[in-house]
Amino acid sequence: MAVPILKQGDYLIASIQTALSDRDMLELRDDLLKRAGMLRSKGIIVDVTALDVMDSFASRSLRAIAHMANLRGARTVMVGIQPEVAFAMVQLGLNLEGVHTALDLEEGLKFLDRITKETGDAGD
Amino acid sequence: MTQATEEVRVPITTDDDIVTARQEGRRLSSVLGFSSTDLTLIATAISEVARNIRLYAERGDVELKLVRERDREGIVVVARDKGPGIKDVDLAMQDGYSSGGSSGLGLPGARRLMDDFEIRSRPGRGVTVTMKKWTLGGG
Repeated sequence: MAVPILKQGDYLIASIQTALSDRDMLELRDDLLKRAGMLRSKGIIVDVTALDVMDSFASRSLRAIAHMANLRGARTVMVGIQPEVAFAMVQLGLNLEGVHTALDLEEGLKFLDRITKETGDAGD
Repeated sequence: MTQATEEVRVPITTDDDIVTARQEGRRLSSVLGFSSTDLTLIATAISEVARNIRLYAERGDVELKLVRERDREGIVVVARDKGPGIKDVDLAMQDGYSSGGSSGLGLPGARRLMDDFEIRSRPGRGVTVTMKKWTLGGG
């Protein structure tokens, strides 16, 4: 598995460690969704700090993860988008519409704590 | 006039090659005075054109070269394939248009990330994308 996925309480944390190929990205999507169901996770954090490039394929895949997980009752937050990556995404015309983001892992955890408590098992 | 100082050719035949091409592009560009933001823009644009090769032609190559002109320096990226070509280039360069089930932001997005962008296609004979980015101020 290219991306390690850790379980922390009700959450799953996927920390991307290196540049990912398109195949790695799809594998991450499938692994995360499978494990979120198996472990009955309420929240998912995808840490993209180490991602070198967020191109159209990567952002589409991450958006798909968030939407699919949401349909299965887990909230997703992307953390660690680097300033230059954010700049490139805006230029490219990409958005992570409907995907929650936070500055870093710490903020991401706080965010999940807040929304999973607020909404209980309900949706957004 | 234009003198190539370093050149790398990355064959694109698998998904992993997309990553290799953008990393080579970043490595090569980093010897010029590009900011880290510019390096990311270059790598992202390379990723998009390399993926286009995989999506529509399956194989091709990305040529990366540094160029120094009298008053500026930069990187030239040439992405070539011998695939089916693009029927309507103007349409393909529109945001959100895709014939391949992708986001349709790849080519028009890559154009926005780079300084110069040119696309040539002959139906049945492939696509060549040539794009350049110059350092601010030059040499």
